[in-house]
Amino acid sequence: MDVTASLAESAGAPAPSPDTGAYLDHAATTPMTSAALAAFAEHARHTGNASSLHSAGRAARRTVEESREVVARSLGARPSEVIFTAGGTEADNLAIKGIFWGRRAQDKRRTRILVSAVEHHAVLDPAFWLAGHAGAQVVLLPVDAEGRVDVDTLRAELADHPQDTALVSVMWANNEVGTIQPVRDVVRAARPYGIPVHVDAVQAVGQLEVDFAASGADALTVSGHKLGGPAGVGALLARRDLPLDAVLHGGGQERGVRSGTLDVPAIAAFAVAVRDAVAGRAAYAARVAALRDGLIERVHDAAPDAVLCGPDPRTDPELRLPANAHFAFPGAEGDSLLYLLDSAGVQASTGSACQAGIPQPSHVLLAMGVAEDAARGALRFSLGPTSTADDVDRLIAALPQVVERAQAAGLAGTNRGARKTAEHGPANDGLVPRPSPSTHPSSPPAVHSDGSSSSATGDGLVPRPSPSARPSSSSKEHPA
Amino acid sequence: MKVLAAMSGGVDSAVAAALAVEAGHDVVGVHMALSRNRDRFRNSSRGCCSIEDAGDARRAADMLGIPYYVWDLSETFEETVVADFLSEYEAGRTPNPCVRCNEHIKFEALLDKATALGFDAVATGHYARIEMTTTTGPDGADTLTRELHRSPNDAKDQSYVLAVMGPERLARAMFPLGGYASKDEVRAEAAARGLSVSAKPDSYDICFVADGDTRGFLRDRLGSRPGAVVDTSGEVVGEHDGAYAFTVGQRKGLALGRPAADGRARYVVDVQTSTNTVVVGPAELLSVNRIEGDKAIWFDGVLGRIATDADGWFDTEIQIRAHGAPVPARIRAKHASTAAPSEMEIELTGTPLRGVAAGQSVVAYAGTRVLGQATVTHARRA
Repeated sequence: MDVTASLAESAGAPAPSPDTGAYLDHAATTPMTSAALAAFAEHARHTGNASSLHSAGRAARRTVEESREVVARSLGARPSEVIFTAGGTEADNLAIKGIFWGRRAQDKRRTRILVSAVEHHAVLDPAFWLAGHAGAQVVLLPVDAEGRVDVDTLRAELADHPQDTALVSVMWANNEVGTIQPVRDVVRAARPYGIPVHVDAVQAVGQLEVDFAASGADALTVSGHKLGGPAGVGALLARRDLPLDAVLHGGGQERGVRSGTLDVPAIAAFAVAVRDAVAGRAAYAARVAALRDGLIERVHDAAPDAVLCGPDPRTDPELRLPANAHFAFPGAEGDSLLYLLDSAGVQASTGSACQAGIPQPSHVLLAMGVAEDAARGALRFSLGPTSTADDVDRLIAALPQVVERAQAAGLAGTNRGARKTAEHGPANDGLVPRPSPSTHPSSPPAVHSDGSSSSATGDGLVPRPSPSARPSSSSKEHPA
Repeated sequence: MKVLAAMSGGVDSAVAAALAVEAGHDVVGVHMALSRNRDRFRNSSRGCCSIEDAGDARRAADMLGIPYYVWDLSETFEETVVADFLSEYEAGRTPNPCVRCNEHIKFEALLDKATALGFDAVATGHYARIEMTTTTGPDGADTLTRELHRSPNDAKDQSYVLAVMGPERLARAMFPLGGYASKDEVRAEAAARGLSVSAKPDSYDICFVADGDTRGFLRDRLGSRPGAVVDTSGEVVGEHDGAYAFTVGQRKGLALGRPAADGRARYVVDVQTSTNTVVVGPAELLSVNRIEGDKAIWFDGVLGRIATDADGWFDTEIQIRAHGAPVPARIRAKHASTAAPSEMEIELTGTPLRGVAAGQSVVAYAGTRVLGQATVTHARRA
């Protein structure tokens, strides 16, 4: 397959859009496919509330149920397991809060929420909200230097707390560094205890094979606009026997756990996008991985001190999303890189959460043991169905000068911060990955919502020295 | 030119950016985030630092059709402006955080970063003028000089807080509002362009002191340190929570238990942080006519060009507050022969000044032109 050709030829070709430069931020959002757009337009023409009993309502309901069947079939779920939501964030909130409340209603001791330290904020923030408002204890499961969750720590936590754990949530693949999580191992660890596992698969569907039933997960999040559908629609796949309380109360739609008039055109377009993304996945993943591998190779050539964050697909292709590349550029700040690339017509992302446009040091990179200063100079390049070799060419053409300038700008700050350097050590001390469990004789401690680590609280885990100061920064990042 | 427009979200910086665009420059809007923990909405008279303000800046940039970014300078701001504010008060001096912000943030951190990223200039919404003039020195040679001048808008003139930037940074600054004689004109320019910030209220307070309560902010950050308030004879006349919170010349907030023997108003005349003592006395003790300063900054065309007497003195006017009145004085650079004399001494030639505190900026003017500035170290009556 010629990777220099546009990737737009796969099933579910994207709708044509004006030239926006080299768009390398498909993990943020990716263009709607022509088929999804057509489905949206078609169904937006019709009036009919899917909850109404007359013919217009029945027609709308039929569209919703057909869409539900399509989504279910594409993702290895039963139609009754599909709960449509207004996107991935809502589905994650429903999973974390709904399962927590449902489990606690069954047994009030079940208050612990185990999540990986690299979850999206749509998982972390509801968990910490529950810690602040509903008596939950959040345990952040550590990850290794490549961002893979430490399943041994999970096993130890579960063994120590079989009676008071409400749920486990570990994402299928990370949105920033593309690390694929050992979901199967997570599910195997939790199953003996009957503890439900939620998986945020927002980044995975369309790039990886995602089969809900085969995964053994109890709940799984999908989002429309990451795979060619519209923004503002998604789904939580949830086993029928899963204790799940409602987050939105009202008309009782969607098994009574997600009230609100069903958005028929969005759901129809979502189903089309899911169907096409899954059907075209294998071919798309192969092509985009080849394009991405070339990007990584050429970034290393163009910016020799760039450090690839996350698993190296040249050695471990099965551990990373095929469309994701992520680099730290030592001595440069993310906002400088982003501005300079944007000026050159290349759109990328720092990949981390923003508050009013301010890139925060990524909690994902910090959890991986990347030093805070290095984490500030990180960029994610995420490819999609419209990506071409031209896009990569534009990036590579701009990159050497962009990195040089951004490093000069970072240096201007470092020189000025002489006092800071004296007090806190070198301003740019590069990437210092913390030892990974694989190279470490023992597992790192989990971090709890009170900011303590297992070794400090002595709650059953073998006390171990913390390899980095990460626990406090993690808990600061997500105040309980 | 490639111009970075610093956009706070207020009307002044929005119009400044608009004028830079209309002048034909290639303009990029940048909002500086100076705090990590920002309020969602603007409140009271703070006008720069909430998420709502960042949104206003973004909308203004959208309407001007220019790219817009938020740059996080909060760490530098905390390490320079806020740290200086605290350490100066702690040392019994009176800092001006707006001066320090211009010195360390707008015309250092932001300007240096902009320069490194390829910008030719930073445009801000300050009220001051930059003029290019030809000066003739004592040797008769002509020099083209970049000068900083007061705004024609007396009420808004910000030349006092800009003087600290010095000549080298002035060369990379643009003040598009320099010619406007009133804020109403600037608001009208905003309204004419449909900028939604045209009617936004002005900001006055120190941006990082949330509710305008400077003393409360200092107490939170420095801790309560109770001590004595004494009069000039050393007699204890009251108590305080921390000498650092007092400023020479201050009258309000002393909470003295009983009136002075002579019944006259008492003012803070000295803050002795080594003994955590606040000294109060009558108004005449505040009156000074000799001022010394350090960290002097001289604009181009001043040292070696302005005519002085045999001892190096030249006549000028000085100003010690952002919106204070200038007073006549003579001034000289100490060690004027060195490359960058960092100290200056000042003799007031007219009426004395009251309440000059160490830490304040003193700015020297010749008419509307800023000659230089220093940070007050001593003030006394001779």
